[in-house]
Amino acid sequence: MNWVNAVVQGILLGGFYALLACGLSLMFGVMRIINLAHGDLAVLGAFLVWVAVDHTDVSPFLALVPVLGLMYGVGYALQRGLLERSLRAGVLVPLLTTFGLAIVIQNLLLEIFSPDVRSLGGRTGGVTTTSWRISGDLAISKLGVLILAVAITVLGGLHLFLTHAPAGRAMRATAQDVDTAELVGIDSRAVYARAAGISVAVAALAGAFLAIRAAFDPSSGPTQLIFAFEAVVIGGFGSLWGTLVGGIVLGVSQTIGAEIDPQYSILAGHLVFLTVLAVRGRGILGAREAIA
Amino acid sequence: MTVLSIEGLDARHGLLQAVRNVSFEVAEGETIALVGANGAGKTTLLRTIAGAHRPAAGRVVFDGAEVTRLRAYRRVRAGIALVPEGRRLFPELTVEENLLVAGAKARAGPWSVSKVVEAFPLLEPLRKRRAASLSGGEQQATAIGRALMTNPRLLLIDEVSLGLAPLAVDAVYRSLETLIGSGATVILVEQDLARGMAVADRVLCMLEGRIVLQGGAGELTRDEVTAAYFGVRSQEGEA
Amino acid sequence: MLLVALAFVPVLLGANATQKLTLLFVLVILAAMWNALAGYGGLVSVGQQAYIGLGAYGTIYLANHNVAPYPALLLATVFAGAVGLPVSYLVLRMRGGQFAIATWVVAEVFAIVVSLDKSLGAGTGTSLIELNRYTPDERRAYTYWLALGAMTFLLALLFVLLRSRLGASLQAIRDDEEAAASVGVRVMAGKRILYVVAALGCGAAGAITLSNTLFIQPGSIFGIQWTAYMIFMVLVGGLGTFEGPILGAIILFLVQDWFADRGVWYLVGLGLTAILFALLLPHGLWGALEERFSLRLLPVGYRVRGLPSRARAAEGDA
Repeated sequence: MNWVNAVVQGILLGGFYALLACGLSLMFGVMRIINLAHGDLAVLGAFLVWVAVDHTDVSPFLALVPVLGLMYGVGYALQRGLLERSLRAGVLVPLLTTFGLAIVIQNLLLEIFSPDVRSLGGRTGGVTTTSWRISGDLAISKLGVLILAVAITVLGGLHLFLTHAPAGRAMRATAQDVDTAELVGIDSRAVYARAAGISVAVAALAGAFLAIRAAFDPSSGPTQLIFAFEAVVIGGFGSLWGTLVGGIVLGVSQTIGAEIDPQYSILAGHLVFLTVLAVRGRGILGAREAIA
Repeated sequence: MTVLSIEGLDARHGLLQAVRNVSFEVAEGETIALVGANGAGKTTLLRTIAGAHRPAAGRVVFDGAEVTRLRAYRRVRAGIALVPEGRRLFPELTVEENLLVAGAKARAGPWSVSKVVEAFPLLEPLRKRRAASLSGGEQQATAIGRALMTNPRLLLIDEVSLGLAPLAVDAVYRSLETLIGSGATVILVEQDLARGMAVADRVLCMLEGRIVLQGGAGELTRDEVTAAYFGVRSQEGEA
Repeated sequence: MLLVALAFVPVLLGANATQKLTLLFVLVILAAMWNALAGYGGLVSVGQQAYIGLGAYGTIYLANHNVAPYPALLLATVFAGAVGLPVSYLVLRMRGGQFAIATWVVAEVFAIVVSLDKSLGAGTGTSLIELNRYTPDERRAYTYWLALGAMTFLLALLFVLLRSRLGASLQAIRDDEEAAASVGVRVMAGKRILYVVAALGCGAAGAITLSNTLFIQPGSIFGIQWTAYMIFMVLVGGLGTFEGPILGAIILFLVQDWFADRGVWYLVGLGLTAILFALLLPHGLWGALEERFSLRLLPVGYRVRGLPSRARAAEGDA
């Protein structure tokens, strides 16, 4: 039993989960929407990067750039076109429409790309396959560190955006009181759309890293959604850095579970999630009562 | 010149009619005290003017342009600002952030964070404090300041003194008097009749959604207003 | 009357019809259960498949321990309902989207636990071989009557519950939970009853499905597509109405029959339809019909309306 290695791997895995969860957390924090299509949007991002790499042979990291822009647009359009109306129709409706959307995306991907499992792992050169050997039992993969670094950068960037940029301040204000935001001159629909755009773009970023660190196929979406959601809940709804904490706790739970028996890995994560829910409903860093 | 013209406005909450066939005009530089019992329709009227509530019928004309169907944020950018009932500050933002957020897409004009703090000196030590931790009077000052940051042509204040200690009310009215003295156009809702009438040019009294009394603050007596307020029929009958 | 007629189906019509109608009854049960949770309780569950799987695998477990197959089906159903009770203490602490995903994680946990158990066939699946002691015709007929009986019982149970004081209190909870609680409506008790009944119903559906299809796998019996079907049926039929889910089940049944061989496009169509109905026809077809023609087939004593609507509550706001 190599616990130290398990914990370290768990922290790195947590970085990936935090990145995955970031968009979900933002969309909930600003609009109170739980996007059940989040995982599938991440997988869509993975497929777009894959297509770009397949056709142009550039590095996935380069192919990411236009994909991020495109997915921002997808998120923006999704909000203006579908989610805005869902919000007005009632509290339950966004859950139903995003669920329907998830099914549509999954099956369209299945139709276009076939169920084959793909990966971008071999396309990124040394960084994805090498690691630093610390000792006999402990190796730290460079990709894992990269993903953790990206996650922290994204979260940090968002934090700065929300606290210092006018558009970010407007987003926080709109999240706290959308009616009053309109009364002080904030176009709340545009704010929501921007938040959705960022959310989906970050989801696509996570999807690309999923493709690089492991493998994916059209039906990978729901699994990613569950992990993202578990990370958000464990860390605490409404807390951006909570997403990082939650991701790491989830990652470590899974890797420690795997140390006990590889088959228990995901189950361990689920059990920790349910325990956190039972014991402290609002999560580790959650500030207020979690609402719909 | 006429800054605001309300024509035949009807507003509802579900099946309940809150504003019935209301019409009036506001000239530039005027201060109007809107009075009436709870439920008379004052808040709904202000919210409809500001764009937070969609009217069932009628028109809102601001500065000659029809704004009836315009979303609230565009009316703010056109020059209408509402200080909502209950202040409604953004609780997790600081005082300064509350002000900045309103000023971000504001019209050109004299107001800025430093100007607002000048007008409401009690805010100076509070700039970095979370809005949720402020007292009632401090919140009211911030809320009015926030509305001012949008450089409005027309300022609507719902319930100026509600829930405030007398000293806080004094402070707010001192600042308001300076504001009014500088030529601003203001409609304020005030439960305290004496205060309202003292600071206003005209008084509008609402009852059950209708305007039942209009007149210059100097000409109307307290009794007349009180009678209209409670719906007691006067010699001249209801408006 | 209709019931008596339906009871004679296995005798009068062929094997194909019997099997298909069994499937229809299962769909009706599922739709009614999901509607009970979401339409009457305001609880959007994305994890009812937990109990569908429990009903099916519970039967296998009992059969492995020498319980006769049909009693095993009944016991497994009760078992599923019973499991719903402790789970409700966990998941009902949450609302809205959190509740939804918690239910889903619970389903995933059940699926993993089952797939780790070799005696239940692990990940590759298993079947109820004990049913081989019956001829195919007998098996189909028994399964059919079981399904018919379960559907009738569960619909009647729901009907009685909704006409009782529980029904009125659920209406109050749906309209405004805090106000209801403040006048003494026992919010949690109401929701718990709904949750347990739904677990029971979905367990029945799972057990009957096992008996109807013979072979099950954790992946499919605990799969999220069950939720997709339930959402589709209830949205299209009419959320919050009593008759709506039945209509929705009939529609899904027909759609499946006609389009299932279209593969993914069928599912895409389901998803798109669900979205369109959620946005444009939130009360489903039955709700729309009710409004148009003031129909009332089954007198559930008061107007049980659809989605608790932010828009309606804030009517008039820009």
